Amino acid sequence: LPVKIVTVIFTVLAGVGAALVVYWLLNKAVELLPWRWENRLKPFAYILPAFAAITLYLIYPAIRTFFLSFRNADSTTWVGVKNYTDLLTSKDFQQTLLNNVLWIVIVPFSTVLIGLLIAVLADRLSPKSENLSKTLIFLPMAISAVGAATVWRFIYAYNPPGQPQVGLLNAIWTAFGGKPVAWLAQSTLHFNSLLLMVTLLWAQIGFSMVLMSAAIKGVPTETVEAGRIDGASEFQIFRRIVIPQIWGTIVTVFVTVTITVMKLFDIVYVMTNGNFNTNIIGVDFFNQLFTNLDNGGAAAIVVLLTLAVIPIMIYQVRQFRAQEAAR
Amino acid sequence: MTATVAPTRAVAEPKRRSRGAVGEGGGGRANWLTKGTVFLICAVWLIPTIGILVTSFRTVDDANTTGWWEVFLHPFKYIPALTTENYTTAIRQAGIGPALLNSIAIALPATFIPILIAAFAAYAFTFMQFPGRDTLFVVIVSMLVVPNYVAFVPILQLYSNIHIAGTFPAAWLAHIGFGMSLAVFILRNYMSSLPKEIIESAKIDGASHYQTFWRLILPMSIPALAAFAIFQFLWTWNDLLVALVFVGPGDNQPVTIAVNSLLGQQGTGWELVTAGGILSMILPVVIFLSMQRFFVRGLTAGSVKG
Repeated sequence: LPVKIVTVIFTVLAGVGAALVVYWLLNKAVELLPWRWENRLKPFAYILPAFAAITLYLIYPAIRTFFLSFRNADSTTWVGVKNYTDLLTSKDFQQTLLNNVLWIVIVPFSTVLIGLLIAVLADRLSPKSENLSKTLIFLPMAISAVGAATVWRFIYAYNPPGQPQVGLLNAIWTAFGGKPVAWLAQSTLHFNSLLLMVTLLWAQIGFSMVLMSAAIKGVPTETVEAGRIDGASEFQIFRRIVIPQIWGTIVTVFVTVTITVMKLFDIVYVMTNGNFNTNIIGVDFFNQLFTNLDNGGAAAIVVLLTLAVIPIMIYQVRQFRAQEAAR
Repeated sequence: MTATVAPTRAVAEPKRRSRGAVGEGGGGRANWLTKGTVFLICAVWLIPTIGILVTSFRTVDDANTTGWWEVFLHPFKYIPALTTENYTTAIRQAGIGPALLNSIAIALPATFIPILIAAFAAYAFTFMQFPGRDTLFVVIVSMLVVPNYVAFVPILQLYSNIHIAGTFPAAWLAHIGFGMSLAVFILRNYMSSLPKEIIESAKIDGASHYQTFWRLILPMSIPALAAFAIFQFLWTWNDLLVALVFVGPGDNQPVTIAVNSLLGQQGTGWELVTAGGILSMILPVVIFLSMQRFFVRGLTAGSVKG
């Protein structure tokens, strides 16, 4: 272990040091140029590493993945659109897509709603209790999906009938006279997918709550007072005055969580690995690539996912342009 | 990874006013129903974690034959039996110890290097004039939502050609690439809120861009740097997917992979799995709690990774 510690320290310093040296050299190299060229090239020298990273890790692979999706499992010959037709006609993949749709329909909406509810309720507590309860609910944001999945797999744990139940859910269920249930294997009506969603909600609602809370506190008091003077009820004030003013935040949270859900991998991978009809695109991609060793099929899944993300990309760029124009 | 452009004034610059938002007069006006509901929600959030925390201190037999709540129902019977042995076993025998060190070796450079690179780029985008500047920045914004799955097949092929698959730099480089667009975006947004006059006066005083960057802009950007550093550190520490693809199980595996294999192994008792899980959470939770203010500021600046 001590050897390991020394190695780790050395590796970290080497990595960080190398990065610093690169910039120092880059700057020196540009400064050696004649003054005119130096000024012209310096901005590009400063953005070069950032663009190199983005090009190497996103732009180039995206293009290559697009082409790989028309090639066979080990990328040796062209197969046309076969990967796509195979996917879209496969019953399993249709279920995977259906699961993804369920996640996209249920999770962002619930995250916004519950986050908003907690933010509104906590806002009425004394500052001390508000901070404490918000920290508690926010805390799962800090831990990994593996950690969250450990927590919730333990809740859903199952032992055969006759053995003591160590999982909280089965303990409660059997206390009310039910037979022990292998919860994560219950695919009727996608019940197990719902249980997985609970895990993500538990981990993510803090994010929604914090943004909502900040937005609610940002609503000017005068607007609320004005509504009150005009005789509006608390609920009307909330619906007609508060909601419109925090609408932007609601959309932000909704979009962010939607992207998260579309790209979700680890919670499902750790809890069921997509078994019992809980598969989603991210896990399916991973298993195509590493279990089936099918580069073409995996690439086709990514291309479909990227296509689905493009509307959000356009929305983001538009938001950004509007923001810049307002600056 | 996920990032969203925050569209609203309320989020972009939270104007904190004195307490009192929706109702009359601010905090402390909750009735028992509100208090009860919040208390219940907090319990739902807390109980699962208490479950694994308690279990991680129980003996093999206790943890796998009785529910953890029995510790509270029969304290005299179970509390004396609590032990820290699971943690020693997890660290020494189950490989969590080395895995924690690997996580540090992956997460620290994968946090520091992207910030450095992004800060330089953000500086150029904010304070320098060059042709194509706005177009290039829009490219970065549009890259925010591209799923990093696109990179896996091509980069794996590349890594095996240059023989770095399974090493720490393989993970650093991937995290640098995947975190870059968000980092540039956040830092540039922050830097463009800094007063331009400062740069002008530095220029008049004869400072080069390199000096202005290190001595002036970087120190002034500390809130944004800290916010992004926390995101990136939590993201790289908690990451499973990038680690599985580019590092994989083995000598260099981070703690997420180690805990996941404990979970997947038949016959690993809950006492060990929960101890491993808790060990993987300690550092991020401590960082999170001590830097919560920066983290929240980063969130309300319109971005999150997930």
